[in-house]
Amino acid sequence: MRYLPHTDEEIRDMLAVIRRGSLDELFCSVPDSCRYEGEMPLPPAMDEWQLTEHMEILAAAMAVDDKARVLIGAGSYHHHIPETIRAIISRGELLTAYTPYQPEMAQGTLQGIYEYQTLTSRLLGMDVANASIYDGASAMAEALLMGLRVAKKKTRVAVSAAVHPHYRQVARSYLAPTGYELVELPVGPDGRTDPALLSSLGDVAAVAIQSPNFFGVIEDLEGLASLVHDAGALLIAVFSEPLAYGLLKSPGACGADIACGEGQSFGMPRSLGGAALGMFACRNEFVRNMPGRLVGQTKDLEGKRGFVLTLSTREQHIRREKATSNICSNQGICTLIASMYMASLGASGLAELARLNHSKAEYLKSGLRVAGAKVVFSAPTFNEFVVEFPGDFRPAYQRLLERKIVAGLELGRFYAEHAGRYLFCVTETTDRKTLDAIVAEVNS
Amino acid sequence: MKEFDELLFNEEFRYTEEHEWVSVGGAELMVGISDYAQDQLGDIVFVEMPEVGATFARGEQFGTLESVKAVSELYLPVGGEVVAVNEALGDSPELINQDPYGAWIVKIKPSDTAELEQLLNAESYRNMLRG
Amino acid sequence: MSAVTIPGASGIIQNEPLLWEKGGKGRRGMCVPASDVPVAELPAALCRDELDFPELSEVDVVRHYTRLSQWNFGVDSGMYPLGSCTMKYNPKINEKVAATPALAAAHPMLPDELVQGSLQVMYELQSYLAAITGLPAVTLQPAAGAHGELTGMLIFAAWHKSRDSRRTKILIPDTAHGTNPASAALCGFKPVPIRSGPEGILEVAAVEAAMDEETAGIMITNPNTLGLFETRIREIAEIVHAKGGLVYGDGANMNAVMGIIDARRCGVDVLHLNLHKTFSTPHGGGGPGAGPLCVSEELARFLPAPRAVRDGELYRLDWGGPDSVGRVHAFHGNVSVLLRAYAYIRTMGPANLKKASQLAVLNAAYIKERLKGTLPLAYDRPCMHECVFSDALLQEHKVTTLDVAKRLIDCGYHPPTIYFPLVVHGAIMIEPTETECKADIDQFIAVLEQIVGEAAENPELLRQAPLRTKVRRLDETLAARQPCLCGS
Ligand SMILES: Cc1ncc(COP(=O)(O)O)c(C=O)c1O
Repeated sequence: MRYLPHTDEEIRDMLAVIRRGSLDELFCSVPDSCRYEGEMPLPPAMDEWQLTEHMEILAAAMAVDDKARVLIGAGSYHHHIPETIRAIISRGELLTAYTPYQPEMAQGTLQGIYEYQTLTSRLLGMDVANASIYDGASAMAEALLMGLRVAKKKTRVAVSAAVHPHYRQVARSYLAPTGYELVELPVGPDGRTDPALLSSLGDVAAVAIQSPNFFGVIEDLEGLASLVHDAGALLIAVFSEPLAYGLLKSPGACGADIACGEGQSFGMPRSLGGAALGMFACRNEFVRNMPGRLVGQTKDLEGKRGFVLTLSTREQHIRREKATSNICSNQGICTLIASMYMASLGASGLAELARLNHSKAEYLKSGLRVAGAKVVFSAPTFNEFVVEFPGDFRPAYQRLLERKIVAGLELGRFYAEHAGRYLFCVTETTDRKTLDAIVAEVNS
Repeated sequence: MKEFDELLFNEEFRYTEEHEWVSVGGAELMVGISDYAQDQLGDIVFVEMPEVGATFARGEQFGTLESVKAVSELYLPVGGEVVAVNEALGDSPELINQDPYGAWIVKIKPSDTAELEQLLNAESYRNMLRG
Repeated sequence: MSAVTIPGASGIIQNEPLLWEKGGKGRRGMCVPASDVPVAELPAALCRDELDFPELSEVDVVRHYTRLSQWNFGVDSGMYPLGSCTMKYNPKINEKVAATPALAAAHPMLPDELVQGSLQVMYELQSYLAAITGLPAVTLQPAAGAHGELTGMLIFAAWHKSRDSRRTKILIPDTAHGTNPASAALCGFKPVPIRSGPEGILEVAAVEAAMDEETAGIMITNPNTLGLFETRIREIAEIVHAKGGLVYGDGANMNAVMGIIDARRCGVDVLHLNLHKTFSTPHGGGGPGAGPLCVSEELARFLPAPRAVRDGELYRLDWGGPDSVGRVHAFHGNVSVLLRAYAYIRTMGPANLKKASQLAVLNAAYIKERLKGTLPLAYDRPCMHECVFSDALLQEHKVTTLDVAKRLIDCGYHPPTIYFPLVVHGAIMIEPTETECKADIDQFIAVLEQIVGEAAENPELLRQAPLRTKVRRLDETLAARQPCLCGS
């Protein structure tokens, strides 16, 4: 086996040194009653070429593959990924290292994360970003718990019903055994979170609002922020499409106290929803309540700039049950991917790409409107929007699917009141021809 | 780390077994940590202090000290109300390392000065450390 | 010095500024497609001021990260015996498998019939992990070991609630990883530390004394973080079960016992695996990992949903029932990591997986035996995949564990895990893994022997180390006192 370097002779020699007669004898401390009986029922070993062939068969079983046009976002977006990312990220020095516990031999990882923290803070208009949380959903759950820690005595949090349904489910899972209560804020007819309830919320520690929200609608974060702050709560700005902030006013500028969400759009493939990146940032005054790792700048013995993990007393390996979170391994390399992506685009590139996404989505939106579909929400959207078709859309959806176009996501599974309505996402990867084909199919 | 005979003590103060000290006399008492405690903890990087006006019972936790790789909880030697916190420690937590008996952390108005009697004096604290 | 070959040597170390200290306005490192639609405007009130991002060309970006990578050390660079982390070789074919275009492009919200390939991988991986652990029901959602622990604790809470038993405490040995108490606390359980006995493992009596009807169960790492097998695990499990509790197994150290122990037979009800350790997926400078959770038949109904199931010829997602603790991940977990682990298991097969565990233990036992005259062993008992030494001898020379670690860097090795587990003073925890060959291990041993010799003869060499890296020792006190977490 090519990963196991020991020759039989070496095994014999090593066993002799430790005075064992066989490899089995190494496990003399394992009682018989704990032993595995027989061989593990697993398929036999494959060589590299058999595995490659096997993967080709699995790939062929994908009715929707990488050639298909998938007009679904809903938390996982199809954006072009530059070849530079694949090339750099495959470098073993970065990929096969672990958490930079020994900073002198991990300056690459550490500077890379520090740069990620900085670009993320600038994008989101916050003071400090951490070195990642697992994904957008757990980032929001952690933010809600952080809000409760900051508020100390309060026991309730509020989350907009326009936050990604899966993120809300994860928050409920996290809060279930804690005794904390999660209340949901309704969505108004324009697709934005209804602010009416905010003033009567009472004692909530934090309010989570996603923008652009699950329906693609850009929330009035600024307006909400003042209401949330008047209620004595923290505003958590959530996102699943960070590209929007190439164009939109940042959560920090709108008054958010914590900004968190999913970073997959920045250079990571959809890959059935992972591995990607939970982005997490906040204002300086809350840094000691923050979950997750942080990299800080410092100096070495000779006064040279260098980077280390810092403020670790918040973390589980030091504070154990009193830690701000249980997170240990995070999404590591994905932070480097995201900052490579942000740096490769630069300020103007990010703005241009965001504008292109918005323009393409608006193009399809108006095409569908002309074809008789109703745009369900009146508030501005970014690269996703919800439509209702005059008749049954399913036959058209099927015909498009045969042409390898996946025309949106039906919302009944997530919101009973929106059954039969479709959430569309258009990014730079979909060309005008495809958009026209969808409109033509609705017309026919 | 210091050898035993390098450790400093303030002969006027009272001590707890958790290595806090408290000054004696006057309406307001200062509370800090001993030279031994700061030496064990190493470079202190952060002091978490209570709010002025908060009250604590004797032995209750009123704050924490952090070094780079450890956290140490602070317990009040005698119960009472916090009347001042040492703001200077916010920017310069190293003051505790530099002058543990000068760098008080909080001042308290004790609710019952009799509690002082139950604390160690410098001599018995020294003996306790010596083992 | 001359007797041993030291891999460490200074190469070319280039300077490289921070991203925003280079580049020039107007540069671009990535294509943005030309627009084929009319420009749409957003209301100005919603739009941001210009973003303060650097502008770089493609060459700027590639050189930047290439230089950064050269300041780094990974398993591909050399031996990385970081205890409790299983830094084994990460096969290259796994990367190709994870990047299989049709699978990498799969959208997580597509109907089941459109993503059969992805669902088949999930279904099969679930069944492989069940086979390896002996625990039949598996969720792949947890994104890391700690996330698996949290999911396990959610299941503990839900199971007790379903039986109307209100339990507030949980038993956790003092050798446990910090994530254990942190995960338990997140679910409202108060950790009760259990001291390990003089042999470095849990004693039945200690558990018996602590286990009561207010305790939800116990979290046991086996092999434990001292690299020792918890031989009394079955009796301990029986005590916990008899008092109405559950047994959580932290399977982070599974690399020692694949095909050797059966977690179910050990009495474990819930167990997480760290795919980024045992199943060879790269650690990525901190992640992503994957921490699937395996549970007994009885607890299957509490698992997060959805899970992949097989319906005749079709694979589909099963959305669970009312007892499920709910989702813990936005979608299906770190699927690209799952794919790598899948590739590894298919490549190894059952016999090689078992052999890997045997060789991992052989390597650790060999290091323990050869070094125990050089450094004091924390516990001189048969070890599993790692061995732990203390700093008792180093103290005599006024040299610390940290100094030894830093000197190892100059010699071309990643240091072992240090100062953990907490029960060993100045712990040095060495986990070589099975992918290191005898010659490399012999060399590592020789280098450590040399360093211990230097500790006596030339301790300054250790205290000053490392000397050959991009930076010398860094001021962590400064970093924490005046946090600078964001560039200006
Ligand atoms: C014994 C043990 N348990 C749990 C964990 C946590 O795993 P992760 O870092 O994947 O969250 C670790 C990781 O180092 C570990 O060594």
